[in-house]
Amino acid sequence: MRGLNTALGAAGLAAFLALGEAVPRLGLVKEAYFPPTSRIASALWDELTDGAFWSALGDTLTGWAIGLAIAAGAGVVVGVLVSIVPYLREATASTIEFLRPIPSVALIPLAVLLYGTQLKSVLLLVVYASFWQVLIQTLYGVQDVDPVAEETARSYGLGTWARVRHVLWPTALPYVMTGVRLAAAVALILAITAELVIGAPGLGQRIAIAQTSQAVPDLYALIVVAGLLGLIVNVGARTVERRALAWHQSVRGEVAV
Amino acid sequence: MRRLLLRLFFVVALPLVLVAVWWAASDGSTNPFWPPLRTILKTFPDVWTGDRLRTDVLPSIWRLAAGYALATVVGIALGTVIGSYRRVRAVCEPVLEFLRAVPPPVLVPVIMLFAGIGDTMKIVVIASGCVWPVLLNTVEGVRAVDSVMLETARSYGITGVARLRNLVLRSASPQIFAGLRQALSIGIILMVISEMFAASDGIGFTIVQFQRSFAIPDMWTGILVLGLLGFLLSVLFQLVERRVLAWYHGLRASTRRSP
Repeated sequence: MRGLNTALGAAGLAAFLALGEAVPRLGLVKEAYFPPTSRIASALWDELTDGAFWSALGDTLTGWAIGLAIAAGAGVVVGVLVSIVPYLREATASTIEFLRPIPSVALIPLAVLLYGTQLKSVLLLVVYASFWQVLIQTLYGVQDVDPVAEETARSYGLGTWARVRHVLWPTALPYVMTGVRLAAAVALILAITAELVIGAPGLGQRIAIAQTSQAVPDLYALIVVAGLLGLIVNVGARTVERRALAWHQSVRGEVAV
Repeated sequence: MRRLLLRLFFVVALPLVLVAVWWAASDGSTNPFWPPLRTILKTFPDVWTGDRLRTDVLPSIWRLAAGYALATVVGIALGTVIGSYRRVRAVCEPVLEFLRAVPPPVLVPVIMLFAGIGDTMKIVVIASGCVWPVLLNTVEGVRAVDSVMLETARSYGITGVARLRNLVLRSASPQIFAGLRQALSIGIILMVISEMFAASDGIGFTIVQFQRSFAIPDMWTGILVLGLLGFLLSVLFQLVERRVLAWYHGLRASTRRSP
């Protein structure tokens, strides 16, 4: 069954690539706008052998990783603090609900003025966008703490820190991991977008250059790279999540039996 | 009464404090990039007049609505087909996983090649970004339709449109709405991005114009408008969701009460 699914998936992928080759060759769309798969593949190969491409990829990943790390750290710390300090949750709810839907791209002009094309511009957007994902999930997670476990820990005389460490954190971790997974995808989108629109060095900037110099096959090749990068981030985040929560699912399994 | 007042206090206290802090900290600020809040609020009515609302905000919202609607229709239609047939799903999955992973803004240059820089380009850009969360969530939702209900529907002879409307889409709708919610925030981002690339009107275009001409307080008002727009749309979405999914929330609340 699994083998069949893999085969069908591979067939679908092959059909997709063949379609990409056939449609421009048959003249259904202009070849100048939509180069056939083989031309994109050779442009991709040119990119892969170009040192500038790798340094651009490095820049994008640096912005992504630093931004994600800051957002995840801040999101978890703020989320836990807001939940354990009395009344803070109620007091911040309206502010969070108001700030969260603000589109991060609204900050692009501000980032340009403040930092120009530096890495900081990218970081401002990445951190703003991914912070909310982690914070919201952390808040949900902390809310989910079993009151009996909490009371038990209290009556055994565990202090605030010990309760955060042994009761609150294990409960919240699955939610935090979900938040980080969502944030990882959002952070990549924002990192590339910032480079594309602001012109900070990275993959996005290379795409913008390919666009202005009418290098259409390179443009497509870079988009493929961006897609593959997104795929790797998604799959990687899911793997990390599964690893970090292996204990959690096993515990739940035992309870269910 | 006292509890109501207390809740009201919690809702407004922190925003008021934050605005007051912003006001006080920026008052008398000479840094050109951080103008005093007073200046920003004073320029607000001058910049966002009724005229500008008509020429810049309405076109943006219209394009967002058109792109979002297109993505909703295409996403739900394709998602229902892909979700209903196991083989189709197996064939499409790797391609969809890849297409979904492409950060939507990088498609703007490609779509500009085909659709120029007019409204069509922006609508297609918005739709191309919004369609993935809707599509994938619809697939998951349709897949997870309760098998007992499917069999029941079959034995009662419910087929075709009635089956689709009353069973498949109905039971997938909580998932579909989760996708629509993600799509909304992506749509707003793409609305702004597409206007920053090439446009002659729209909120994103206006803000970039202000920034390029160093009209900093005006630019700040633009950021506030975008923030307000994002907030209002999310409130609107929640209202719609609560109405449409009323049955679902009711069901969940009742199952939680009687475990």
